[in-house]
Amino acid sequence: MEMEEAKTLALLEQTFPGEVIEAGISLGDEIAVIVPEALIRVASFMKNPPGEFTMLLDLTCVDYRGEEPRFEMVYHLFSLSKNKRLRIKTRLPEKNPRIASLTSLWKNANWLEREVYDLFGIVFEGHPDLRRIFMWEGFDGHPLRKDYPLRRSQPLIRLRD
Amino acid sequence: MPSRLQRQARQDTLLLNMGPSHPAMHGTIRIMLELDGERIVNSEVEVGYLHRGFEKTCEHRTYFNLLPYTDRLNYVSPLINNLGYVMTLEKMLGLEVPERAKYIRVIMSELSRISDHLTCLAAMAMECGAFTVFLYKMKAREFLWDVVEQTTGARMTTSYIRIGGVRADLHPDFDTGLRKAVSETRNVLKDVHGLLDKNKIFLNRTRDVAVMSREDAIAFGWTGPCLRSTGVYYDVRKAFPYLVYDRLDWEVPLGDRGDNYDRYMVRMLEMEQSLRIIEQAAIRIPRTPRAFCVDGIDPADAIRASRRRRPEENIRLSPNLEGSEKTLHPDILSRGSGFAVPPKEDTYTTIEGLISHFKFFMRGHGIRPPKGEAYCAVEGGNGELGFYIVSDGTDRPYRLHLRAPCFHVVSALEHLIRGRYVADVIPTFGSMNMIGGELDR
Amino acid sequence: MSGEKIKRPPVGQFITTQFNSLLGWARKFSLFHYPFVTACCGMEYMSAACAHFDIDRFGAGWTRFSPRQSDMLLVVGTITHKEAPVLKTVYDQMAEPKWVIAFGTCAVSGGIYDNYAVVQGIDQIIPVDVYIPGCPPRPETVLDGLLKLQEKIQHQEQEWRWKRRKP
Repeated sequence: MEMEEAKTLALLEQTFPGEVIEAGISLGDEIAVIVPEALIRVASFMKNPPGEFTMLLDLTCVDYRGEEPRFEMVYHLFSLSKNKRLRIKTRLPEKNPRIASLTSLWKNANWLEREVYDLFGIVFEGHPDLRRIFMWEGFDGHPLRKDYPLRRSQPLIRLRD
Repeated sequence: MPSRLQRQARQDTLLLNMGPSHPAMHGTIRIMLELDGERIVNSEVEVGYLHRGFEKTCEHRTYFNLLPYTDRLNYVSPLINNLGYVMTLEKMLGLEVPERAKYIRVIMSELSRISDHLTCLAAMAMECGAFTVFLYKMKAREFLWDVVEQTTGARMTTSYIRIGGVRADLHPDFDTGLRKAVSETRNVLKDVHGLLDKNKIFLNRTRDVAVMSREDAIAFGWTGPCLRSTGVYYDVRKAFPYLVYDRLDWEVPLGDRGDNYDRYMVRMLEMEQSLRIIEQAAIRIPRTPRAFCVDGIDPADAIRASRRRRPEENIRLSPNLEGSEKTLHPDILSRGSGFAVPPKEDTYTTIEGLISHFKFFMRGHGIRPPKGEAYCAVEGGNGELGFYIVSDGTDRPYRLHLRAPCFHVVSALEHLIRGRYVADVIPTFGSMNMIGGELDR
Repeated sequence: MSGEKIKRPPVGQFITTQFNSLLGWARKFSLFHYPFVTACCGMEYMSAACAHFDIDRFGAGWTRFSPRQSDMLLVVGTITHKEAPVLKTVYDQMAEPKWVIAFGTCAVSGGIYDNYAVVQGIDQIIPVDVYIPGCPPRPETVLDGLLKLQEKIQHQEQEWRWKRRKP
């Protein structure tokens, strides 16, 4: 198992020299950190054989406020045939965080990226319909960012009492 | 606010809103349909009406404090959410759970899974008009919840599965209750099979309706019963076995066409498999030589005596609810301090116990995983329920993200109902098992 | 009490009081509820409505899925700010007399969710008659709350056609 895992990461480092910042195994999970510009090429490479990571399990973002680049996008890919998971991470700057959209590769990226846009404010280039999904249009701010206060609510109708 | 559908709709079509306050008891989701007669030309699904800020709230709570929030995610199978969160944390901490606790976790997970499937199919059948099925399944669910309540103290949102093990050991009468629940559930399943499987009306409404192909299902990130109904063999319990699933003998039912009927049938067969798992686990669970302490001194006397010296006698506590029994602790909670609430006998009668209790709950102390991140997934009622936790070394998670299985399933709803009739929306949506707490987090 | 003349109410008032009680009796035993179900409490609502803990024996069994046809709004589960306008619309669409039960702590006070997305209690949006706490409340608690509502309905001043309702 260890050999196979190391093979995927080694293959990744070979195919994209210079764009893979870091690759390793931590707590049994394979992780690869790449530069944001390489995302769509890496993802489409991993989707095809020999990786065969045909399913995008999850797509999320972590806000490291205080560090620069501030946002870290985390993608979890899954290979049904090989029964393996892979985590791809990439960092985005605070000012104008933009990254390529994965909707051309996986269909569930549509809603997942809308969620990240809604809660963090990351713009996905190439997304067919980028708008808020949990909060309503007209909501000010992005709730899951660290500088958004937990209790700052924006009521839609006038509250009694 | 004009939605995308309203802006893009043709002039000659009817816009119908199946609003957030839904008679179909799935919670709150808004489906806007663009109709040409009865045919759906286009649709738009709007979610977020139950977005309760789970992920943001969890960043402000300690790891132990946020257990009740995890219950309320997929609220029809609450113990599985507990399990997913706790397993991710145990992966980060490197904790090993005792055998008995593993079996108890498996039994509780499967009871939750059965109640999830029962609720989903009951609602789906009721909306198709089969009200009897709904009442029968709710009856079966009551028996299951009675079993869960006997051990955990609560019917639904239990917070029973804790870091390092479980909250309390099984009730002494667990076996009888479980046997009754299993037999009642089997009866109900038999009745429902007889009522719905070959029912012409049900078949007309669900056979070849909303067919999902394998490639599309994988592209949409489907997992769980919905994916298995298309024929793809993926079950987290078999692919990445956790707890004791690899030691038990059970199968994964698969569908072939990926229509509503297959999703219904896969869930029905999965319930039967879950009952098999429960029966095997209940037989194989390691018997504990330790018993509940039924004779011993009264707790108040013990506290009074402890002011002079540490009491050596056993202290009589009620079986599960008044505090963890120190004698049973080794079976149900992992060794190692600082991950579980210390037993009440120690807390109230010794100074070391009091200090460890205090430090467990004190802000800044308590469970502090090392800096890093982990992702762990369990098989939830809807599919792969994954928790991604980023820790920065303090007692609160820096980021906690839930991979909600029904988010991906529902994102395919627009694709599934295009071109179908309005009446097809109801069984399709019912077979997807959308749970608002998990979808919107 | 000796020697005092017992004042009897005029006959007209006696009849109206009796009629009031009769109307209260009729209304409390024929409640049509609209279950505004959002979250986990919905599961306990389903349990309370089904065979084990029947609410039909209290006369409230018939669920009306249209606010125009119901007189009791059962707000079950968490109400978020996005959902609040919907709740207000549904409440406004109901005809008088109407009662509201807040079912579960999220509806009563926002529950364990004290954050940007959740309304801290539906009484910030609509007036509530009975609060049923619990997360989720046991079906017996629900039935207890229903009985309290029935008591309230029995004893309150009933709305008649020819009386103007105070805003």
